[in-house]
Amino acid sequence: MEQALLTPRPPAKPPFSRVVESHGATVLRVCRALLGPVDADDAWQETFIAALRAYPDVPSGANLEAWLVTIAHRKAIDAARARKRRPTPTAEVPERQVAQPSLPATALWLALADLPDRQRHAVVYHHIAGLAYRQVAQLMDTSESAARKAASDGVASLRIRLKDDDLR
Amino acid sequence: MNRDPLFGSLDPSAADLATLHARLATAAAPDTDVAYITMQSPIGELLLASTEIGLVRVAFQWADHDPLQELADAISPRILRSPKRLRQVAQQLDAYFDGTRRHFDLPFDMRLSHGFRREVLDALLRIDYGATASYADVALDTGRPKAVRAVGTACGMNPLPVVIPCHRVIRSDGSLGQYGGGTEVKRTLLELEGALD
Repeated sequence: MEQALLTPRPPAKPPFSRVVESHGATVLRVCRALLGPVDADDAWQETFIAALRAYPDVPSGANLEAWLVTIAHRKAIDAARARKRRPTPTAEVPERQVAQPSLPATALWLALADLPDRQRHAVVYHHIAGLAYRQVAQLMDTSESAARKAASDGVASLRIRLKDDDLR
Repeated sequence: MNRDPLFGSLDPSAADLATLHARLATAAAPDTDVAYITMQSPIGELLLASTEIGLVRVAFQWADHDPLQELADAISPRILRSPKRLRQVAQQLDAYFDGTRRHFDLPFDMRLSHGFRREVLDALLRIDYGATASYADVALDTGRPKAVRAVGTACGMNPLPVVIPCHRVIRSDGSLGQYGGGTEVKRTLLELEGALD
């Protein structure tokens, strides 16, 4: 009994359904910002399937949102590579796209898509996913100051492109 | 964090997320160790949970505890809401509450009960619909006639109330005795089964 008091149990790991409820919105924002309307839903699903598989091995008490964003980052890179290999898209909706994408194409997404990859990643991980620059730098395999500069340059060009009256 | 309004157009609606969550439950079924739903019933909201083996938990009136967290701790945290995997369970419970079903024809996963408690649950399944037994009767049926109190404890810890009918066990003097969901719930179930006529 005394032993139990001296070595407290680690905090309980929440049921995975609660992880989806708590962090699903952030992961979807990240996928939308990285991939746009068509591929975001698939990347969201692949992120959570991979997370569910790995969930028992995640230390309890870990920052689950940062962990999920890391997985989403890898899934988005995979999806972007796959998209480059795909034939040139036509105006027709591809047959495999059963469900309607949940986000209509927006000026914001088009502007994000035009940013250099590094700026887009830094903007998404800091401003949309809420990661600290230290974590952004780790994810992008760069320095903290380079991550900070990429995010700041990215936001500046988004603001110029979208103008103030389009922002709200 | 206060997100910059610049990014407001990326915000998903509740409906977007509900659709994605439901699609995830289907796509992730092979990696889901525990599937669950909640459903309305005459005895309040029920939580139903299944493993690949069968129905593992029925919970109701959980204001003072957290059955999903208990399942995460006891079985696996790989838990998703999945109406498809519990459709048959929900249909049979609906029919039971309508009075059109008297037996549950479902696989059970009894891993949350061990030893004598498990033996008590097996004995409870031998009490017919519409009948009642005393705690002493159940103790006798398990071959441990003196274990009357232990039978009461086992009934109180039944992980599958309603489908494993601990509500059919009453006191030897005919009073209803305790029930996890309260005596009124016990009375409701016994009246439904016509056991109190």
